[in-house]
Amino acid sequence: MTSFPWAPGFIDGDRPKIVTSRFRYEDSHTLERYLATGGYEGLRSALARSPHDMHEEVRSSTLLGRGGAGFPAGVKWGLTPDGVFPRYLVVNGDESEPGTYKDRLLMERDPHQLIEGCLIACYAAGLSRCFLYIRGEMALAQERVAQALNDAYEAGFIGKNILGSSFSIDIVLHWGAGAYVVGEETALIESLEGNRGMPRLKPPYFPAAIGLYGQPTIVNNVETLSNLPFIATNGAAEYTAIGTESSPGTRMVAVSGHVRRPGVYEIINGTTTFRDLLYGEEFCQGIRDDNDLKAFVPGGGSAPWFLPDQLDLPFEGRLVGAAGSMLGSGAIMVMDSTTDIPAAALTLTKFYAHESCGKCVPCREGGTWLMRILERVVEGIGTTDDLDLLLEVGGSICPGDMPHAASADLQLEATPFPYKMTTICFVGPSAYVPVHSALTLFRSEFEARVAPSRTRSRIPVTAVGAGS
Amino acid sequence: MARLTDENVTLAKEIIDRYPRAKSALIPLLHIAQEQDGWVTDEAMRHIAELIGVTPAEVLGTGTFYEMFKFEPVGKYLINVCGTMSCALLGADDLMHAAEEELGIHEGGTTDDGLFTLHRAECQAACTEAPCLQVNYRYRFRTTPVEVRQLISDLRSGRLDDEIPPHGTLARVRQHIPADKGVGAVDPSQVTSPPEWITASAEGGAS
Ligand SMILES: Cc1cc2nc3c(=O)[nH]c(=O)nc-3n(C[C@H](O)[C@H](O)[C@H](O)COP(=O)(O)O)c2cc1C
Ligand code: SF4
Ligand code: FES
Repeated sequence: MTSFPWAPGFIDGDRPKIVTSRFRYEDSHTLERYLATGGYEGLRSALARSPHDMHEEVRSSTLLGRGGAGFPAGVKWGLTPDGVFPRYLVVNGDESEPGTYKDRLLMERDPHQLIEGCLIACYAAGLSRCFLYIRGEMALAQERVAQALNDAYEAGFIGKNILGSSFSIDIVLHWGAGAYVVGEETALIESLEGNRGMPRLKPPYFPAAIGLYGQPTIVNNVETLSNLPFIATNGAAEYTAIGTESSPGTRMVAVSGHVRRPGVYEIINGTTTFRDLLYGEEFCQGIRDDNDLKAFVPGGGSAPWFLPDQLDLPFEGRLVGAAGSMLGSGAIMVMDSTTDIPAAALTLTKFYAHESCGKCVPCREGGTWLMRILERVVEGIGTTDDLDLLLEVGGSICPGDMPHAASADLQLEATPFPYKMTTICFVGPSAYVPVHSALTLFRSEFEARVAPSRTRSRIPVTAVGAGS
Repeated sequence: MARLTDENVTLAKEIIDRYPRAKSALIPLLHIAQEQDGWVTDEAMRHIAELIGVTPAEVLGTGTFYEMFKFEPVGKYLINVCGTMSCALLGADDLMHAAEEELGIHEGGTTDDGLFTLHRAECQAACTEAPCLQVNYRYRFRTTPVEVRQLISDLRSGRLDDEIPPHGTLARVRQHIPADKGVGAVDPSQVTSPPEWITASAEGGAS
């Protein structure tokens, strides 16, 4: 259980490590250290097999995507239409979901691991060019990845006829410029084509079928790809020996907010519970100042909130989904008993309203409405009507039942994930999620904030000449 | 100062060549323009349009979507205080107030001497290190109001010049693909067959 000044936030532990194994070295980002610690062995081992075999290895590892949706990488690579070339790999390094902090660490601390992952993916899935899209605001990650790419080209790991084989590929570093929605895969592709980063409609624009320049394109998250060197080197069996059958391997999880020891932890997938994470000695060591836990967001700002009731759930997608939320991007935000719940919900709603690309009306208008109404509630100038209005506006973004957690105190049963939506992407619904969670689980805090609605005086209307 | 310098044009061409279609270089080239002048000028956008074969309006149209591009002068130091959930829970407002007081400007403003611009920013992917901020996209973690005041005075005095370049400069290490090593970009319409290692794999591994 150590932290390292050169890896801010990362807390090491006595657990199996797949993607953070080099973080304890100050020079983990250099090619020298990478090669001295088994680096590029996965690439060699991939090249010794056929692309098909390598793809099957990844398929049988059940490596789940770490960008938010949790889709199996091996399955995704198989979704490209037969016989259509060229195909591309786009690496999603746009990390900007509130609460999420892991991809930046992986890029800053172990860029060669990511590069090796990209090479393995391209080899296995027949992708002939790779674009590594890094969030614009991450200057150090860009420097580290640029240096690593330069060194890897020099050493013959990237480029023409890699390690003397017929495998040839370029990896191109691309800078973002600040727009949360660009993390959405079709928006990422728009952005990479030089356009405004607005999501495309799926169908038909599933990237695997119609992606970059209209070609089949695989979009994978940085952490997802960083797992590949381990899988290629050690085999799928060693990977699935960690974690559970449905959620194998490890996961990087960032826990922030009101805990004693916020940090980024590589945890065992599927079995580690939220209680372990928030209270465990090797993790966050409890709530700050011995306060009580009020609520937590289990999977990034877009995820419906959990209560202490849900602490014993393991970090496992299906179980968390059934309990009314999602694991999303591996980000937990913790609120203690001192938290002003309506104000906390407002910071998230503000985020999504601000980040709306404006393409669909329910998100563009609805998000702003939610923010404005919530603002006046938080400022103490709202009315009880405003609370219903919030739900009504939210209902136009997400019609029907909204997922939420169970609460013993409120005698509330869980409504499972997901929700229905009237928008192209998840930004619109994400503006509503915090409002809905907060209002459903902490309605009294809102009611204490608002004045009763003024009952409008009604002027009786009588039809002209109706009287006798 | 406006059109890209010869040196930047060389760099721009190298970047354009990495993409199967030139327009993909639009955002990277806007970064180069911003690095050159500290903000993105109209002249630079016209020049970028020429280089990638689109209209200046398209360059502006794309550019204005993205938070980082500034189309009017900003301070030499852009201070972005994160105000999203984790930072808000741990005192982001106090940082903002300290910065506003120390600089004598409100959020969104620029100091008269042109040295500082202050913004509230969204989640900076450092939530476990809340509250945090960035100066020209260089981080300060677990910051306090006292440290914010100190930071501003250090910036004023130039003590941080080595660590924090003027606004516009992002990565100081650039990717360079050596001519003899790169595969090169091809327009997708020029390719119809699977890559070589896939066809070769009929006979086993690629090596
Ligand atoms: C609004 C929005 C923002 C997203 N932001 C990111 C992001 O920053 N990084 C990321 O990897 N995935 C993000 N995703 C998920 C991507 O669309 C995509 O599912 C993911 O990159 C696929 O990679 P994976 O299968 O390896 O997880 C976002 C999705 C949405 C809807
Ligand atoms: S939901 Fe919002 S961000 Fe997503 S496409 Fe629609 S308007 Fe854009
Ligand atoms: S909320 Fe401030 S860095 Fe994420």
